[in-house]
Amino acid sequence: MTLTNQDELYQELILEHNKKPRNFKKLENPTHFAEGYNPLCGDHLTVALKVNDKNIIEDIAFEGSGCAISKASASLMTVNLKGKTVSEAETLFNQFHRLIIGELKSDSETNILGKLAIFSGIWHYPARVKCASLSWHTMNGALHKVKTVSTEK
Amino acid sequence: MARNDGKENKTAKTEQKTSKPMSTSFNIKKIRKDFPNLTTTVRGRPLVYLDNAATTFKPNSVIETLETYYKNECSNVHRGVHFLSEQATKDFEAARQKVRDFINAKKTEEIIFTKGTTNSINLVAQSYGRTFLKAGDEIIISHMEHHSNIVPWQMLCEEKGCVLKVIPINDQGELMMPEFEKFLNPKTKFVALVYISNSLGTINPVKKMIAAAHRLKVPVLIDGAQAVNHLKVDVQELDCDFLAFSGHKLFGPTGVGVLYGKAKYLNAMPPMEGGGDMIASVTFEKTTYNILPYKFEAGTPSIAGVIGLGAAIDYVQAVGLENIFTYEQELLAYGTKLLSKISDLQLIGTAREKAAILAFILPDIHPHDLGTLVDREGVAIRTGHHCTMPVMQRFNVPATARASLAFYNTKEEIDVLAAAILKAKDVFA
Repeated sequence: MTLTNQDELYQELILEHNKKPRNFKKLENPTHFAEGYNPLCGDHLTVALKVNDKNIIEDIAFEGSGCAISKASASLMTVNLKGKTVSEAETLFNQFHRLIIGELKSDSETNILGKLAIFSGIWHYPARVKCASLSWHTMNGALHKVKTVSTEK
Repeated sequence: MARNDGKENKTAKTEQKTSKPMSTSFNIKKIRKDFPNLTTTVRGRPLVYLDNAATTFKPNSVIETLETYYKNECSNVHRGVHFLSEQATKDFEAARQKVRDFINAKKTEEIIFTKGTTNSINLVAQSYGRTFLKAGDEIIISHMEHHSNIVPWQMLCEEKGCVLKVIPINDQGELMMPEFEKFLNPKTKFVALVYISNSLGTINPVKKMIAAAHRLKVPVLIDGAQAVNHLKVDVQELDCDFLAFSGHKLFGPTGVGVLYGKAKYLNAMPPMEGGGDMIASVTFEKTTYNILPYKFEAGTPSIAGVIGLGAAIDYVQAVGLENIFTYEQELLAYGTKLLSKISDLQLIGTAREKAAILAFILPDIHPHDLGTLVDREGVAIRTGHHCTMPVMQRFNVPATARASLAFYNTKEEIDVLAAAILKAKDVFA
């Protein structure tokens, strides 16, 4: 594989979201909540959502600790999901999952990923794919009432 | 940056003269030539391999030994009367003799070949532990054990109702000896200790601890996985009752390890696995077991692995563990000084007695990000909990970055690591 420089993974937007994560807070009275673990590296985070009766994600927040990739991914996820319907969130989850394993090429396949396409290069780093996906799996778990999500299950 | 890649033969002699009074048999340029993996390039950059606590590279002599076995000697051991089987058996048993000499065991039959350190420790926990320990008995381990020297004892405790006592560690990563002394009491029935911590580098005062346990007639197992490659381990001098180590961390093949045990214990212990080679005779009414060491070696062993381990020991013996220790201590002092100069970098594990392992954290960079970034510079380090989650909990960190050195590493390589860390800090600035 040819990679020109490290900025492919650690791009400005990712570093910025790592430094100042959005929606990094406790959400009072969430309708959906789950905890996510990556037992291989010790990353641990929680995702909480408020979904209204029109199935729209009114609010979403996360807490926890992890590497820059997992933190930035969680932060960007919350920004992208706020205001979206649950079904749109599921579509995004699927597209994001396919993106980070190198299956979805964001420049040639129609998608609604927007800024999330920044993670398109991560499949070059197999050991780091789980860092980017932990928050998404946790969010998906929360929506489907799964309380604890592990990357190793 | 100049690297000792063994291409500068002309200067080798002069450097030998001017360098510190290292034994003449220790020639780093020559040594590096013996390890073909050291010439690997990573994305166009020379590899700097600093993950030796995970596994070590193999010298040509080990690789050639494996090749010779598979090309010319491939046969099972202890079975055939034919030429090849006899040859394989001879080489296999010669390796056992090499291991015996290497750790200075009193008897050859005290050397059991296993799959590795984990397998060796489990053998003792299952065979000795299940036979001789009962509810209420206490087992002492330490807070810096590898999971492989924690979990087998926890499993035993769960089954038999024994109690696990854990020696705490101080902020430098040293065992708190007074606590250990306090734990020792008539209920203590076993002690299992790591000689050198894989995540902190601490060299524990095991000889003293063994003597203290022996005053109460308590047997002691030493996890030597990270010790046998860094310093001379003499089981008679230490007087340990069991010693476990792996081949692959000693520049030998994976899938082979050693359990040393005093004959008086091994003879009293039941076999852990039944099968071929471990029996004297089998009938459906009664099976009698083979003598030591075969009683514990059921099934076809890793024959190439064992013979390869013998070759690795030959190599290490030729370089000399005293030379290795002196050289690595020099690298450790250099690395400690260099890394300490990096602002905000915090070393985890600063024991007075340490092996060449440098674990550290940076407040603003998660170890995994650091690992990925230095990898881009060709530097291989380990990041994570290093199979010692309780150590991470003790120091209140989720993970650390760890550079673990071997005698084929150089100061120039530590320079490359330091530069790569500084570059990573720039990315996260």
